[in-house]
Amino acid sequence: MVDELASGERRPLARLLTRIENGDPAVRELLPELFAAGGRAHVVGITGPPGSGKSTLVNALIGEWRRRGKRVGVLAVDPSSPYTRGAILGDRIRMMEHAADRDVFVRSMASRGELGGIAATTWIAAAALDAAGYDPVVIETVGAGQSEVEVARLAETTVVVEVPEMGDEVQAIKAGLLEVADIIAVNKGDRPGADRAARQLRAMLSTAGGRVERTPPPVMLTTATTADGVAALADAIEAHRDRARTPAAARDRAVNQVRRALADVAGRRAADSPAWEEMVVAVADRELDPLTAAERLLDREGR
Amino acid sequence: MTDTPIRVLIAKPGLDGHDRGAKVLARGLRDEGFEVIYTGLRQTPEMIADAAEQEDVDVVGLSILSGAHMALLPKTVQLLRERGMDDVLVAAGGIIPDADVTKLKEVGVAEIFGPGTSIGQIARYFREHVKRP
Repeated sequence: MVDELASGERRPLARLLTRIENGDPAVRELLPELFAAGGRAHVVGITGPPGSGKSTLVNALIGEWRRRGKRVGVLAVDPSSPYTRGAILGDRIRMMEHAADRDVFVRSMASRGELGGIAATTWIAAAALDAAGYDPVVIETVGAGQSEVEVARLAETTVVVEVPEMGDEVQAIKAGLLEVADIIAVNKGDRPGADRAARQLRAMLSTAGGRVERTPPPVMLTTATTADGVAALADAIEAHRDRARTPAAARDRAVNQVRRALADVAGRRAADSPAWEEMVVAVADRELDPLTAAERLLDREGR
Repeated sequence: MTDTPIRVLIAKPGLDGHDRGAKVLARGLRDEGFEVIYTGLRQTPEMIADAAEQEDVDVVGLSILSGAHMALLPKTVQLLRERGMDDVLVAAGGIIPDADVTKLKEVGVAEIFGPGTSIGQIARYFREHVKRP
């Protein structure tokens, strides 16, 4: 399987990504091989509020990376409707100029019910792109809810894309979005207020606590539509790569990945448990609290 | 796995700039539970086939109102088949005369949805005719 991926053929990779997205049990068996074959690609998260120009910026970055001889993989995640389970996957539309380029692979993914905005299978899809030889692998998500935190856990380098009209400082210091940034790109840099927005962010970040033992992230100006500032952004992403691969950082990512996988596995096993219904009814009747219910479900499954 | 969402690519081949129908359809299909990727305007058959291949979609919907459908749609179907996408359901919509409908069906366009078709009809058709492994 990994050989097939490394061949650069698109169809096997595309078919595998579908099986990954659909939770095909066969994928579970491939996972050790897939994970072991990875670890090479620089996983770059791109997040930020809707309308900040993320997809256009990713498109410009693809162009720059291709000029540098890289093969680029992109997972563009958009939210699924919690009611209809449908989704508009609207990121690819900005990247169609690269559609025919055999060294660019763009895959749109719906979040499929994950509250964090990323699909539960995004990390496996990223591993598949990694195994197929794409480097960097970009994960693009909308920074709404806590999805920016999710993508930061997955990615080695997280770029937060802001807009000049981000408003006064109060907006910008909302917890989460700026704290997860390794690099901040103020996009639409040709708009009035762009320089000031960048200055405000720099000032705020130099005094903020955020993640411990970190130098504040660089704040860069970009204009994705003209590719202005994009080469410098690509340089900054590259420069961060080494800092992202220290043993401490790798350990942090591993902790988050294992925790996440644990929650997925435990959740699925509990829901499949014959005691599920009984526990749910007991909680609904307030005879049992949810934590005790959860512990009992795990105990009965024997972990 | 039988109730995994159906993935649809909605594409605008050629120089046709009328995208309201495609966008309305995209939103409507989302409300019907489909995952919809919209390519935007001015796509070549190659770009559409390449996108469909990477996205591994179940359905390719081609929206065209410019009259160039005979020049573009058969080519798109051919490129899809060349890329090994034999099971993808290809449908078309827009302004396509009845005489051309027959010809298009002969080259592999499964159905043509003209003006007046409801989103519900299209959604039902896709659900009934999508090939699932």
